[in-house]
Amino acid sequence: MFSIKRKSSGDVLFDVINYTLLIGFTLLILYPLYFILIASFSDPNQVGTGNVWLIPKGITFEGYGRIFNDPVIWLGYRNSLLYAALSAIIGTSLAIMAAYPLSRKDFYGCNVLMLFFTITLFFNGGLIPTFLLIRDLNLMNTIWPVVLLPALDAFVIIIARTFFLGLPEEIRESASMDGCTNLRYIWSFVLPLSKPIIAVLALFAIVRQWNGFFDALIYLKDENTYPLQLILRNILIQNQPSGNLVSDIQTAVEQQRIVGLIKYGVIIVAALPLLVLYPFLQRYFVQGVLIGSVKG
Amino acid sequence: MRLKRILVNWELYLLMLLPVAYFIIFRYMPMYGVQIAFKDFSAAKGIWDSPWVGFDHFIRFFQSYNFEQVIKNTVYLSVLLLLIAFPIPIIIALMLNQVKHYKVKKFIQTVIYAPYFIATVVLIGMVFVFLSPNSGLINHIIVALGGKPVMFMTNSEWFRPIYIFTEVWQTTGFSSIIYLAALAGIDPHLHEAAVVDGASKWKRVLHIDIPGILPTIVVLFILAVGNLMNIGFEKAFLMQTDINVDASEIIPTYVYKMGIQRALYSFSAAIGLFNACINLVLLFIVNRTVKKISGNSLF
Repeated sequence: MFSIKRKSSGDVLFDVINYTLLIGFTLLILYPLYFILIASFSDPNQVGTGNVWLIPKGITFEGYGRIFNDPVIWLGYRNSLLYAALSAIIGTSLAIMAAYPLSRKDFYGCNVLMLFFTITLFFNGGLIPTFLLIRDLNLMNTIWPVVLLPALDAFVIIIARTFFLGLPEEIRESASMDGCTNLRYIWSFVLPLSKPIIAVLALFAIVRQWNGFFDALIYLKDENTYPLQLILRNILIQNQPSGNLVSDIQTAVEQQRIVGLIKYGVIIVAALPLLVLYPFLQRYFVQGVLIGSVKG
Repeated sequence: MRLKRILVNWELYLLMLLPVAYFIIFRYMPMYGVQIAFKDFSAAKGIWDSPWVGFDHFIRFFQSYNFEQVIKNTVYLSVLLLLIAFPIPIIIALMLNQVKHYKVKKFIQTVIYAPYFIATVVLIGMVFVFLSPNSGLINHIIVALGGKPVMFMTNSEWFRPIYIFTEVWQTTGFSSIIYLAALAGIDPHLHEAAVVDGASKWKRVLHIDIPGILPTIVVLFILAVGNLMNIGFEKAFLMQTDINVDASEIIPTYVYKMGIQRALYSFSAAIGLFNACINLVLLFIVNRTVKKISGNSLF
């Protein structure tokens, strides 16, 4: 039998090379993550000497035990969750309040306002003027610059507006014919239809807040308000774990050994919330990028 | 008439109030503050009453002994990033587009998008752990192969390779999404016709896929060049050590040091403004050039 779909040898070669390279690239991404995971509960001596690379050895949960008993990490976790939640609620609400009117063809002044928002994508004051503003507003060492500054930008408004532009016009026309006010219409029709875009906006804000540390570095002085990322920076990069993590260990060598173990553990612990959200993140971020690119 | 159109939808204007206030306060007020780049700012006098000094701060920056190094580092790193990190997502998208097994494709996508969600602190933390001279995995491999341990994080020669590698590792998957979407929009009849004519897969990638996504590539390229000098602060700051500073000092980290740490507000605002101007000029130049050559452009 001759098969029409028989591949030419060139195409077979193409597929072989293509799959090999792609699998190689995928492993390059996957392996470091896998290694961190197995190293986080392997004997730090085995990890330190290079014996652990495919399967965990000398399984121990001491690292996780110490992480979970550390009040500083818990506090950072709580702070980060709080900032992410506030940022998501405020940012998403403001984005919708701006984007919905901009999506209405009968909204007078739409173009001017659109320009007002979009300009900020190309011009901004920069770090120092923003810093001085926050100081003048007496917001230094409060959580508000950390929560508010990254909560909203013009790009997010553009994405939301593009979504609202796709809502059917007929419903609104018949609703307003029946005397339904704008606010009532938004509350009863627009918001229930907008769950996907609300999810996109909220996830954007959560990820940005959870992963950011720059605003906190500049605007927060009180260690009790530090988000998780600043605490991680002390442990992972500056090699200065907080007082309680290893203070009970006597020798410096043993301390260094445990700190090594803790480093792998905190990476996993810090990534956990986003890991749990990942199925949603993947779906909604892809949507967000695609909606944004239509306009952008 | 105009008033009537506004009054009918008064609630929409009410909704607009808060977002507009947010943008005026947090986006436009800092723009007003940019004038301190041309003034001698003192906190006692405030932004408005501080005396004008013209381009003094810019000239001082151009003549400062760090100027050449900071600019060189910034340009060098940006151009390398553009040359390496920009094309790789396109190649990955073209390759993924050829994968016909749905589950394999889905699996690869799930894996390669993931690093995008890893925080910069965690990413650089991982780099420190993997590259540690005595306990890191990479140095174990180097030693096992008969080499000597490399002091990656304290050697300025390694700063740029590590920066670019981590950038590719973290963003390639996510950046490929847009190209995959563009590839999905290519008319399948083109491929069918080419197959009938006996075109190989390689030829079809070359003559159908790449021309099909070229407009997308052009737009993203313009945006990338417009952001060329806009390298993020976070990664360079976290990777910076006292020893690699001669390669890792870039404009954003320099602005941070001068402005936030040493409180030279006017001077560092001038550097920030200088950087922003270069970006705008670049964006316009690239946009014009690309428009002339291919007819595609951003605005």
